[in-house]
Amino acid sequence: MARPATIPDDGPNAALLRRDALRERRALLGLASPAVVLLMVVMVLPVGWLFYLSLIGEGGGFSMENYARMLESKAYGRIFMTTFHVSFLTTGICILLGYPLAYFLSQLPPRAATLCMLTVLLPFWTSLLVRTYAWLALLQRQGLVNTWAIDLGLWDTPVALVHNLNGTLIGMVHIMLPFLVLPLYAAMKAISGDYTRAAANLGAGPTQAFWHVFFPLSLPGLFAGALIVFVLCLGFFVTPAVLGGGKVIMVSMQITNNIELFFNWGAASALGVVLLAITLLILFAASRLLRLDAVLGGGH
Amino acid sequence: MPGTDALPITITAITKRYGEVFALDGIDLAIRSGEFMTLLGPSGSGKTTLLMALAGFTRPDSGSIRFGDREIVLTPPHQRDVGMVFQNYALFPHMTVAGNVGYPLKLRKVARAEIATRVEQALETVQLGGYGARRVDQLSGGQKQRVALARAIVFGPRILLMDEPLSALDKKLREHMQIELRHLHEKLGMTTVYVTHDQREALTMSDRIAVINHGRLMQLDTPRVIYDRPANRFVADFVGESTFLPVDRSGESVSFAGRQLRVGAPPASAGALLLMIRPERLAVIEGKMPEGLNLFEGRVRELVYQGDTALAAVALADGTEVAVRSGTRSGTAFDRLAVGAAVVLGLHPDDTVLIPYEG
Repeated sequence: MARPATIPDDGPNAALLRRDALRERRALLGLASPAVVLLMVVMVLPVGWLFYLSLIGEGGGFSMENYARMLESKAYGRIFMTTFHVSFLTTGICILLGYPLAYFLSQLPPRAATLCMLTVLLPFWTSLLVRTYAWLALLQRQGLVNTWAIDLGLWDTPVALVHNLNGTLIGMVHIMLPFLVLPLYAAMKAISGDYTRAAANLGAGPTQAFWHVFFPLSLPGLFAGALIVFVLCLGFFVTPAVLGGGKVIMVSMQITNNIELFFNWGAASALGVVLLAITLLILFAASRLLRLDAVLGGGH
Repeated sequence: MPGTDALPITITAITKRYGEVFALDGIDLAIRSGEFMTLLGPSGSGKTTLLMALAGFTRPDSGSIRFGDREIVLTPPHQRDVGMVFQNYALFPHMTVAGNVGYPLKLRKVARAEIATRVEQALETVQLGGYGARRVDQLSGGQKQRVALARAIVFGPRILLMDEPLSALDKKLREHMQIELRHLHEKLGMTTVYVTHDQREALTMSDRIAVINHGRLMQLDTPRVIYDRPANRFVADFVGESTFLPVDRSGESVSFAGRQLRVGAPPASAGALLLMIRPERLAVIEGKMPEGLNLFEGRVRELVYQGDTALAAVALADGTEVAVRSGTRSGTAFDRLAVGAAVVLGLHPDDTVLIPYEG
C-alpha cells in the first residue's frame, strides 16, 4: 500500500489547480494589505521615528547621551520607581475590588448581569478628563467626601485626599477597574457551572468548591485583567497629573516636561523607548509564566 | 469499591414547575436497591431535572426523595454522598487524573497514603491503572469518561447517578462502554440511575426503564416489556420503530381490513385501539400459508438496503403502508422481494400488540 510521497506533477489538471491555489493565496494577501499599510503608518513608522529621535543628542548628532542621563540621574530612577509603585498599588487594589465584583456579576441571571454591567461600563464610556476632574471636586479639602466625613464624625479636620498618592490611586483605580473586570468577568462566565456542581457532588461545601475549583479556574482571567491594568498604568498621564498635584511624578509626566519645558525631544523619546521596552519585557515575562493566548484573547 | 451496600431510592409525588411548564409533574418512582434504572425520554421530558433533583442541584417544588430511610430533599448536594458522572465529565482541568479521582477522598480527610492506594484501585477498576500523573487534556474522550467514572465511585457511594455519560463518544466506543458500564455495575452493585435519550442504550443496559415524557412517568418496566408491550403510543413510538394501524373493535374481538386478528394478550383498556407492528416482527410468506399467523397482503413500494438489515415499505390493500425489516441473509423470501411485486406478510399473535388509541 506504499504510495509515493510526492504528488505527481502531471496528474489531470495539476497545473491548473496549482495556479488556482496560488491565485487564492495572492487574493488573501491583497485583502490583508490595507491592514498592513495602516499598521506601518500608525505603528511601525512612529515607533521607529521615536527610536531615531532618542539617539539624537542636544548637539544634533548621533549620541547615547539621552540614555546615559537616565542611568546617571537619581531623579530618573525615582520617577521609574514611582511609576512602578503606583502601577503596582493600582493593580493590587483593582484586584481586591474587581474580583468580588466580577464574581458577583458572573453569578447573576443574564438580565440582571447586563444591567449591572452597564453601571460598570457607563463611567467607562464617559470622558476620562471629566471623571478625573470630578474626583478632584469630590476629594478636595472642602469637597463632598471631606465635609460628609466630618459631619458624620469619621474624622475632625479635612484629610488630604488629593494632590498626593491617595488621590492618584483613587482616581486610577476608578479608571482602571473596568479593564480588570471585563476580561475577568468573561473568564468567569466561561467556567462551566458543572465544575462547581461536580465539586459539590464530590463533597465540597460552597467555600471549598470556590477555593478548590472556581478560583484556580478564574486565575487566567485575573492575570489577563491585571496585566492589562498594570501595562496601562505604566503609561498613564492625565489622572496622576491632575490628582497627584505634582507630587506623584510618573514617566509619562516627565516626558511631557521634557518636551514642554525643555524642548528636548531626544530625552522624551528615550524615556518613551525605555517605557516601551519595559512594557514589552513584562508582557514577555508574563507570556512565559502564563499562557499569553488567554491574555491576548486567543481561542481555546 | 469494597463494602458498598446499595440503597433503594423512593421518589414520591415529585413536582417542579418552570413558569407554566411542569418539568416534573408528580412522579412516583421506587428504585430498588442495587438496580440499574434508566430514565429514558426525549429532550425536555424532565428526565435530567429528575436526576438533578436526586443529586441536589435542582430543588423541587414539592415531593419527597428518600435514600433508604433518609429523606434528602432538603439535604445540600455536598452532603448527599452520591456519585455522579456528568454529561461532559466535568473533570477539573487544573488537576491531574489522580488529583481529580483523589479529590472526594481529600475532602473526606482520608490519609494521603490511603488516597494514593484507593485512587490507583479506582483507576484500575476502569482500566486506567498508571494514568494518575496525566493531565486531563491529554486524555481521549473515552479515557475522560473512565476517569469521571473512577472519581464517582472512588469514595464508595451507595448510589451512582449518570447523566448521558456516553453521548459525547462515537458509536463504536459508546456501544463498547455500554457493556463495560453494565459489567462494572454488576461488580460494584450500587444503585444506579442512568439518564439517556438513546432508546437502544436504555434497552442494552437497564434492569428497568422509566420512560418519561412531559414530566410524567409513561411506563416503568423491564426492557423486554417496554419494547414488546408498550403501554401507550408514546412509548411504542419513542422506543424502537413501529407502524400503527387503526383496527375495528367489537368487545374483545378485534379486526383489521375485515379480517379478525389473533392476539397474544387481550387489550388492556376499553375504547378504540391501534395495532402496533414492529418492522422486524413481520415475516415475508411464500408458498403455503402457515396456520396461526395474522396475514397482511400488499405490494412492495420501496426497498432500502442498510447493510446488516434492509427495510421494505409495503402498501396494504387499503393504501396504508407498513415497514418490514429483515436481516440481509441471501436466499430468504425477503431477499427475493422486488419493487412492485405482490407480497404476503405474516405476524405472530404474540407480536400483534394492541395499544389504546389516543386522540
